[in-house]
Amino acid sequence: MALLSATKVTKSFGGLQALSACSLDVERGSISGLIGPNGSGKTTLFNVITGYVTPDTGTVTFDGVDITANRPDRIFARGIGRTFQLTRIFARMTVLENMLVATRHEESWWRGLLVAKSSAADVAKALELLDFVGIAGLAELQAGALSYGQRKLLELAYVLVADPDVILLDEPAGGVNLTLINAIADKIRTLNQAGKTFLIVEHNMEFVMSLCDRVTVMHQGCDLVAGTPAEVRADSRVLDAYLGGGDEDEDDLREAVAGA
Amino acid sequence: MLRARNLWWLVVLAAFGVFPLVVTNPTYTTIAVFTVIYMACASSWNMFSGYSGYIALGSAAFYGTGAYTMALLSIHLHMAPGAAMFWLVPLGGLVAMVFAVPIGWIALRVRRHTFVVITIAIFFIFQLSAINFGFTGGTSGLNLPFITWGYQYYNVPFYYVGLGLVIVATTLSALVRRSRFGMQLLAIRDDEDRALGLGVRTHAVKVTGFTLSAFAVGSAGALYAMFVGQIYPQFVYDPMFDVSIALMTFLGGLGTLSGPLLGALLLEASQQYLTIQFSNGSLYLILFGALFLIVIMFMPQGIVVALRDRVTRRAERERAAVSANEAPLVHDVPRDVAVGGAG
Repeated sequence: MALLSATKVTKSFGGLQALSACSLDVERGSISGLIGPNGSGKTTLFNVITGYVTPDTGTVTFDGVDITANRPDRIFARGIGRTFQLTRIFARMTVLENMLVATRHEESWWRGLLVAKSSAADVAKALELLDFVGIAGLAELQAGALSYGQRKLLELAYVLVADPDVILLDEPAGGVNLTLINAIADKIRTLNQAGKTFLIVEHNMEFVMSLCDRVTVMHQGCDLVAGTPAEVRADSRVLDAYLGGGDEDEDDLREAVAGA
Repeated sequence: MLRARNLWWLVVLAAFGVFPLVVTNPTYTTIAVFTVIYMACASSWNMFSGYSGYIALGSAAFYGTGAYTMALLSIHLHMAPGAAMFWLVPLGGLVAMVFAVPIGWIALRVRRHTFVVITIAIFFIFQLSAINFGFTGGTSGLNLPFITWGYQYYNVPFYYVGLGLVIVATTLSALVRRSRFGMQLLAIRDDEDRALGLGVRTHAVKVTGFTLSAFAVGSAGALYAMFVGQIYPQFVYDPMFDVSIALMTFLGGLGTLSGPLLGALLLEASQQYLTIQFSNGSLYLILFGALFLIVIMFMPQGIVVALRDRVTRRAERERAAVSANEAPLVHDVPRDVAVGGAG
């Protein structure tokens, strides 16, 4: 059974049908990709999985448990972490404090009133993860002073701090330079080998095709095709979905999707 | 460094401690009583609104509730006028907290402007209730047991109890700031949805902070009622109260520990002084307007933050001058990271 599944999820915002009977399976230990034209519902599906959006119908299960419409903090506590398409960090807190906010604690929330903001162990773990993504030297800096690429790394680091089983990345390679893209891909592979499962939304086809074991293509709110990168490349429906959508850089996509 | 700062706090506290011994003129000690009352309120308001970014403009509901707690209990318990009534001061704070839980529960479901409007609406519900219910005495107000301490020393006990409230509010604010709970409030200020997605129980944290901040405000309201001896709905449920403590906090520095104290000290003391000196109730409004324009234009983050930035910048310049070529600049680290990470 898949570790994380969305089954026939439907969601409309007013007259806009963002998701219609969309299904998705993420196997334990995989790096799964989620691609599709702009507006095909990828981020909405992320929001449904992580509890930010309540679906009209359909279910989301994680490790055999129904987590549909749980609150985001509950879902995070269960072991699903995510990043956002536009990086979202705590700009007026230090990089280290950003990490500490995400540190998972087993005791009740009100205990937070009685304890210092961090224990030595929390700080050690936070610094270790910052070191892993390569920004430990910036721990005391205000997070708002970080560059866009560094924010992406910080987001990855503070999702890791609570040690989630599944990590959802919304465009990890968007808007960052090629060197950093490769660095991020390396981190994902390393973490995957250590047992983390990934679900990645990304427009950079090379990134997705080289990294993912399995790719799901979304189109107009439904899952259109799912399979290995090779299978997806060979499927003519995928190309139609992208080109029919009137995307701007058609030639690039044709090359990328068809596999140059 | 840290010790030097603690020493500063002690020096300031000592100055406040000896103030009524040095300045015995009742005109000035009256100003001092109002000043410590507002310092406690601004510090407490900042502990929630400053840290979380939720600008509440209905705290007068807690101030008035504390005042009515003091008035109603002292009257109906037939208390002898005197120092025993001070026991009702913290009780006023606790009653305000009891009201704060459902208010926070409802108001904190919405954000930003909607939250501000809802807190104002809730405040008016309290004011209108006080005007219209029978047990509050309506618009004719309530007279508390009349305290007959000598004119010369009347203010002094109120001043010290008020100073105690300032210490309680500021200590609570400092403890919250150091706690994990306080860090979660700051995270909510920066990006509430992100905090929620990182496991922070945002609603519970907000309601708790809101409720804690009601304590010192309610206590201050109770102290005010006892001090002035008679209360009216329009004076204890006063919309200007919230505008004042918010402006004091913004002037001193929103979200800082000392900012609200400094802002309240400057504004409340100068307002009372100007009103007495020129017996013109609205002169201070013109001066405040000018002062705020200056502050907003030249130090929008408040006096404390502006001063701190200046000190930090000077320290950095000095450090940079000493080790100009030795240490790598902070800005170089990211580039190294990006390249190093690829390897």
